[in-house]
Amino acid sequence: MEPVAIVGVGMTKFERDRVRDTFGDLVFEACTRALDDAGMTIDDIDIVLTGSNDFFDGRTISSMAIMDACGSYDKNVSTVEGDGTFGAAHAVMRVLAGWGTCLYCAHHKGSESVMPLITNAMFDPIYERFLGIDSVTSAALQARAYMDRYGVTEEQCAQVSVKNHGNAFKNPYAQLPLQLTIEDVLASPYVADPIKLLDCCPISDGASAVVIAGAQRAKALDAKPAWVKGIGYNCDAYHLGDRDLSKVDALQAASKTAYAQAGISDPAKEVDLAEVHDTFTYLELMAIEGLGLCRMGEAGEFTAFGNTAQDGRLPVNASGGCISSNPVLVAGLNSIIECALQIRGDAGEHQVDGVKTAVAQGVNGPCGQSQCVWVLGGDE
Amino acid sequence: MAAAEDKKMFLVIESGNVAQPFRWSAGTYGSKFLTEIRDNKKFWGIKCPKCGKVYVPIRSVCGPCYAEMTELVPVSDEGNLITFSVVSFGFVDPSTGKQKPVPYGYAVIKLDGADSYLIHYIDETDPEKLKAGMRVRAVFEEDGKRTGSMMDIKHFELI
Amino acid sequence: MGAKRAGIVGVGMTVQRSTRRDVSGVELINEAVRAALDDSGMTRKDIDAIVIGNMDHFEGINYVDTWSVDGSGALGKPIMKMTTGGTTGSTVAMGAYYHVASGMFDRVLAIGWEKNSESDTTGAIITAFDPFWDRPTFGGAVAGLALEATQYMAETGATEEDAAYVAVRDRKNAINNPFAHLRMESNIEAIMSTPYLAWPVKLGDMCPRTDGACAVVFASEDIAGDFPNVPAWVHGVADRHLWGYTSDPYVNQHVKGGTWFPAMERATRELYDKVGITDPLEQFDVAELYLPYSFAGLRYMESLGFCERAGGPALVRSGDTDMGGKCPVNPSGGVLSSNAIGATGLLRVAEVALQVQGRAGDRQVPGAKLGLATGFGGCYWSDELVIGKEKPEKARG
Ligand SMILES: [Zn+2]
Repeated sequence: MEPVAIVGVGMTKFERDRVRDTFGDLVFEACTRALDDAGMTIDDIDIVLTGSNDFFDGRTISSMAIMDACGSYDKNVSTVEGDGTFGAAHAVMRVLAGWGTCLYCAHHKGSESVMPLITNAMFDPIYERFLGIDSVTSAALQARAYMDRYGVTEEQCAQVSVKNHGNAFKNPYAQLPLQLTIEDVLASPYVADPIKLLDCCPISDGASAVVIAGAQRAKALDAKPAWVKGIGYNCDAYHLGDRDLSKVDALQAASKTAYAQAGISDPAKEVDLAEVHDTFTYLELMAIEGLGLCRMGEAGEFTAFGNTAQDGRLPVNASGGCISSNPVLVAGLNSIIECALQIRGDAGEHQVDGVKTAVAQGVNGPCGQSQCVWVLGGDE
Repeated sequence: MAAAEDKKMFLVIESGNVAQPFRWSAGTYGSKFLTEIRDNKKFWGIKCPKCGKVYVPIRSVCGPCYAEMTELVPVSDEGNLITFSVVSFGFVDPSTGKQKPVPYGYAVIKLDGADSYLIHYIDETDPEKLKAGMRVRAVFEEDGKRTGSMMDIKHFELI
Repeated sequence: MGAKRAGIVGVGMTVQRSTRRDVSGVELINEAVRAALDDSGMTRKDIDAIVIGNMDHFEGINYVDTWSVDGSGALGKPIMKMTTGGTTGSTVAMGAYYHVASGMFDRVLAIGWEKNSESDTTGAIITAFDPFWDRPTFGGAVAGLALEATQYMAETGATEEDAAYVAVRDRKNAINNPFAHLRMESNIEAIMSTPYLAWPVKLGDMCPRTDGACAVVFASEDIAGDFPNVPAWVHGVADRHLWGYTSDPYVNQHVKGGTWFPAMERATRELYDKVGITDPLEQFDVAELYLPYSFAGLRYMESLGFCERAGGPALVRSGDTDMGGKCPVNPSGGVLSSNAIGATGLLRVAEVALQVQGRAGDRQVPGAKLGLATGFGGCYWSDELVIGKEKPEKARG
């Protein structure tokens, strides 16, 4: 891949019920921070891409609501409806195709709607939707399949919650820092067996933005770039019955592409930090395995030994992850931003020493059906 | 007729009375606008610090300047008719779930003191009696019935 | 390495009908995809990535990209969804173009589809607009377009009959297109006698509600010779979207010398500069324009630079935009004949590709070499693509 870099990042604080803010207010806050971070003004931006979803926003053409706020006036602008890792991937494509800089933003206000109804609408209206299935109950099926296959325990899953909620204390943008013990997580009520309340992400409001630039523009800036080394994305089957839910085929395929572009042959050794999709605790374990950071079925033990802690051998979700703030669609962009900050050495209190290569993951659809993987690095 | 046979042969699954309820934030300035309509029957716009344009409906960023706006300025409840239509086809209004009563006059209005336009009803359903440039005035819902929504303005009337 | 030129090497479209109860949405998508793969001499295996689009609330499916994999062929492949409203189809085309132009993918499938019969189109369009400011009073696309039609007539002296000419022209063209929905010989009197939906817009002035899908295969210049069809090359793309509220687009238009459709004019200026168009009526051999209602066929011609301000009626009445004219507009029958919204913009692109490849059958414009395709959507979003028979000199971004 030709060199492309993330040269500016911005995010709002993630909170439940940001009732004072419109979608536009959130986007403007994130975009102006990203521009400031890059040392740019809106005039330095060639094109704009946005990320939103008509269901979550409760309006058709959801990107219309933020057109003033995203700075796209008199610029080419388009919208990717899906997680920020996918939208930002398309921003990279447009820069590779010849545009100098692209501002990409994504927003979400989970508190304005009824999440189970909206995630129910991911499921097939003819064969599945009437069951009342949603993101939580489908995740429970997947969690059970995965845990049974590898003998993963609820305690091992609980460790993810304890670790990530703890990490969130050091991230000023995170919504839900919590001091927890494994016992606390295990004692929380079941939402859908085997998933308990403290295995789940919160509902969040917020927005994030990045400035992506081609090599020429990136090098001319004072800002420290985080270089995009590889991007892969891949989609699994739709009907849950068509998949072995304990497997991570799409994530493995996406990783393979991204690692090949980045020249990584042994991710377990070469990756210094990962930000993964942990809306439910078991997903972090599956992600660690799917990204090739440990062997299949071993992420529980890998986590238990502290390898993925902020000061561990391979920190995972040093930011606090989605379990601490889950603005849907923005979530994957937040993972990219965290990786960029870590590579730049700008992650503040949650900075991990010596991050040279970092991996971000985002998902679309039920049970991680469509997966996107980014590899970021400090060198061009 | 093929269509009738189709309807027998091919099943459709009805969504039923699915509702996706939302609670959208009006924001700092939008809240002020709606509150002022509700409590004082007064219109406010928001002014761009760079180009000086006054926007109604209110928004917090001037797109062309990419500048944040914070200054509310009073605008009139009277203005000019910019363009109009008379809507006569029936449709279900997604805001109410009910059939929209037709015909109704529908207009783009420039309030005195604003640079952008507002869209609302006009109490005239004969297009021959409407013309761009006509003067119009807001008619508010009665005291005690206003709830803090755009429907606190019943419609605009020709002056 | 670096930016790549991209060409269209295959297109597939379903028949466009008011109701396709014989297929589910996924099957409808698959019908177009199979046709596009056959047309490009490929199988699903050959596709490197997919871009799909529709408008969520027309079918009530969240995450259409993941829901549709059995139809799109995305199993085990990269897929993303792009949605911008009425422009969705042209946005998907531009998205697929950028997938290839980036150098990341060689063969990319663009899919646009809609089953408008599955929901209340007006209701779903109303929800595109701001819940506080616009939605309580908005009357959907028909009422919104009526506002600009009133304004256009008041300021230019154009008549309802001038607009009716456009509806007659496009639907007559559709007779030559076996895929089109409304194919009919009509006349101005017949259009004039249809009932008003929102004065001055009548039933005969509006596009229909349609079920349909379209798929287009874009390929990199590196492999463009590997297909049975010669490529239709993308010469350039541009878009603009300036507004968020229903009432915003009318600003400026009352000012003398102001513009009808600034978003379209600005996109046009960028695109024509990139591609080297100075006289579109002479330089383009064909245009497939997203004209959602008849008055657009007058007004938008001015914003696209085909004539001066207020020159729309004279232009269309001259016959220059008819089949056999200088630049036939909508040989396919256009949006006034078929409007499966998510497919509509992509169909414009597919039709121009077929024209410059010389494969448009009974609707072929003889010798067409260069064409313009557009997409239109809320709130006056404007997408534009120039597609030609000749390979462009360089990649243009
Ligand atoms: Zn301004």
